[in-house]
Amino acid sequence: MDLSYSAEDIAFGEEVRSFLAEALPTYISDAVRSGGELTKPMMEEWHAILNKRGWLATIWPKEFGGTGWSPVQKHIFEEECCRAYAPRIVPFGLSMLGPVLQVFGSKEQQDHYLPRILDGTDWWCQGYSEPGAGSDLASLKTRAVHEGDEWVINGQKTWTTLGQFADWIFCLCRTDPEAKQQAGISFILVDMKTPGIEVRPIKLIEGGHEVNEVFFTDVRVPYENLVGEENKGWTIAKFLLSHERTGIAGVGFSMQALEEVKALARKVRRGGKSLMEDPLFAARIAQVEIDLEAMKITNLRMLFKAQEQGAPGPETSLLKIKGTVINQELKDLARRALGPAATPFPGHITDGNLMFGPADTAHNAARYFNNRKTSIFGGSNEIQRNIVTKTMLEL
Amino acid sequence: MDFNLTEDRQMLADTLGRFLSEQYPIEHRNKVAYEAPFHDPALWDQMVELGVFYALAPESAGGMGGAGFDISVVFEALGQGLCPEPVLAALMASRLLTSAGVEQDDLLTGARRYAVGISEIDAPYELDHIATAATAEGDGYTLSGRKSTVYGGHIADVILVAARHGGGLGLFAVEAHAANVTSYGMMDGGGAAEVMLDNTPAKLVLAEAEVALQDALNAGIVALCAEAVGAMEVTHAITVEYLKQRKQFGVPIGKFQVLQHRAVDMLTEIEQARSITIKAASELGGPEASRTASMAKNLIGRVARLVAEEAIQMHGGIAMTWEYSVSHYAKRLVMLDAQLGDTDYHLSRVMAGYAA
Ligand SMILES: Cc1cc2nc3c(=O)[nH]c(=O)nc-3n(C[C@H](O)[C@H](O)[C@H](O)COP(=O)(O)OP(=O)(O)OC[C@H]3O[C@@H](n4cnc5c(N)ncnc54)[C@H](O)[C@@H]3O)c2cc1C
Repeated sequence: MDLSYSAEDIAFGEEVRSFLAEALPTYISDAVRSGGELTKPMMEEWHAILNKRGWLATIWPKEFGGTGWSPVQKHIFEEECCRAYAPRIVPFGLSMLGPVLQVFGSKEQQDHYLPRILDGTDWWCQGYSEPGAGSDLASLKTRAVHEGDEWVINGQKTWTTLGQFADWIFCLCRTDPEAKQQAGISFILVDMKTPGIEVRPIKLIEGGHEVNEVFFTDVRVPYENLVGEENKGWTIAKFLLSHERTGIAGVGFSMQALEEVKALARKVRRGGKSLMEDPLFAARIAQVEIDLEAMKITNLRMLFKAQEQGAPGPETSLLKIKGTVINQELKDLARRALGPAATPFPGHITDGNLMFGPADTAHNAARYFNNRKTSIFGGSNEIQRNIVTKTMLEL
Repeated sequence: MDFNLTEDRQMLADTLGRFLSEQYPIEHRNKVAYEAPFHDPALWDQMVELGVFYALAPESAGGMGGAGFDISVVFEALGQGLCPEPVLAALMASRLLTSAGVEQDDLLTGARRYAVGISEIDAPYELDHIATAATAEGDGYTLSGRKSTVYGGHIADVILVAARHGGGLGLFAVEAHAANVTSYGMMDGGGAAEVMLDNTPAKLVLAEAEVALQDALNAGIVALCAEAVGAMEVTHAITVEYLKQRKQFGVPIGKFQVLQHRAVDMLTEIEQARSITIKAASELGGPEASRTASMAKNLIGRVARLVAEEAIQMHGGIAMTWEYSVSHYAKRLVMLDAQLGDTDYHLSRVMAGYAA
């Protein structure tokens, strides 16, 4: 066993750091730091900057324009990006659809769609969940009927993250209603400009708009928008869910959150001292830090295993469960540290002099509430436990 | 021993509960809670008419209640209805005026609205580190300092301010228009204000106010705990109902044992929370008031977070939406930890008692 980085890894880390110092625009990192919603142009600009450097598709193989990085390199990159307050990569094209097309797509689909994901021509969103099909995704009802050389799609998707910005949506549709649930599903690409699509916003708990409902009424798309074989979409869905889990532990983001909490605790005053000197609060921080320190190693161990096996295994469920809990705890601590100062609705106090503490502490309560989503989406933590129960424990 | 409410209290609880559920449905509540002025004057007046404020003050002060259980029935109902009106501010002001022996008809009749300014940025919970100071000026006083997150400060006519005075803490009345008041809405609905005092004229209400302030805080804590219990009851009931309705994998999700057990754990904790609130209410005004208030606020802080987070988790995505009422109950349950001392603050007060 050797936990130290190799000389190459260390050099790589330095390269990433100096790139970020130079290339990441301050107005974007400031926006990430202050915790507000990022605008579409900001996210696009950051993607373009990474793409120019060849570092956008960190999980794609080289042949498709990816970095071909080792797990350790990906980990270092993620960590450094978080440290520098770079925006998260929008995952739908890069982490989800990209790998799907690389494995299941036709040559034409790969040649057409992959470059457009890299250069930002197409913004993708994920059309899986439906009002009646959340954890039980295979019960989905959105119907696609093969008519001539087209699919005709009717139904509704929901929870579509950043669908308001999207050019395209990849959908799981029911194509054989007679077949057993999982067997009658196909994976179809849909241009969001197609007539018959309506996007309606969903306002989230903290007031933000990041998810949507997407309605399909007689939406016609070419038959060749099918990815893989007809009625074999479930295989793709399962493949994609396992890719959705790379980086699922969110270690870098938790490290960022830990630093923020520590900085807050040093700044905030209680009982004539800094909050960090309050043993009860310091104990809360220390406990999460211990969990996180372990999680960094757990994460790396599982990344290595995934690399050896060629694909992430069911252990990634453990990463998701513990990773989200740690992150949620840190968000709780930030809100807790500020006390009543976390109370104002974000954006209500505009007078800089009246901001509570430094301006970068706004939004902490909002972030805490918003982050409750992480243990629900991408397979809830209950569903992750079910997966481990079945696959690892064989119970 | 008798754990039943007196008839009068039961009647008030029922009337207020009915009134809120009829006049204050969640859609209207959300409009009031999140849109300026974060207040519905008509509903406030109706609450005055229902006798809500009279229930908060003792007969000696012109009211008809004022005991711990009078406070808790009112606030449990307010919590069930997720009422964002600053009744807490009125309660604490009333309590202070009662202690000071100052006439409070204008408060009880709703003619004037009161808020209480204790919290400061660097002293959100503790009285010992209040920095706002009073200076004698002519026959009156002026105050300087900043009071932070003054709940109800957004609609107050009068703000009762705790300020350093003659080596201790004094209580002063400031006309809101004389101060620099910045109003805003809160994460969990309702309004508050930053109150900047800069040689602001003030009237002395009580020269040595520590005991009165602690009593007002204790009463406020009983109120918040009862509010939380009310909000938790509703949150739990909605959650259990959802477990019965929502189907996945061909069965109601309530058939999954992992969710069943957690719903039971929530219930156990809510019962514990109710009990500690009853205890604190029964001790209010007595020698054990501060200790039991701290115990209650600590436990409520822990349980309310659990209930809020579990309710969201067990619902799945739906409870993450603004549309669905549980999200608003959850926000209230979590944010009330930051009012009048959080979980850790009150734990440390209980611990400090061991040394004494
Ligand atoms: C902010 C946000 C963004 C999202 N973005 C997207 C997106 O871009 N695209 C997309 O397709 N979807 C998206 N989702 C949807 C997400 O994947 C679903 O919310 C998730 O799958 C859970 O489904 P549900 O909300 O319907 O909850 P339900 O499936 O109804 O679950 C309710 C509760 O029951 C539990 N439960 C369900 N089945 C079991 C079981 N067998 N055993 C034990 N417990 C169980 C769940 O864990 C949960 O606690 C998003 C969701 C959110 C909140």
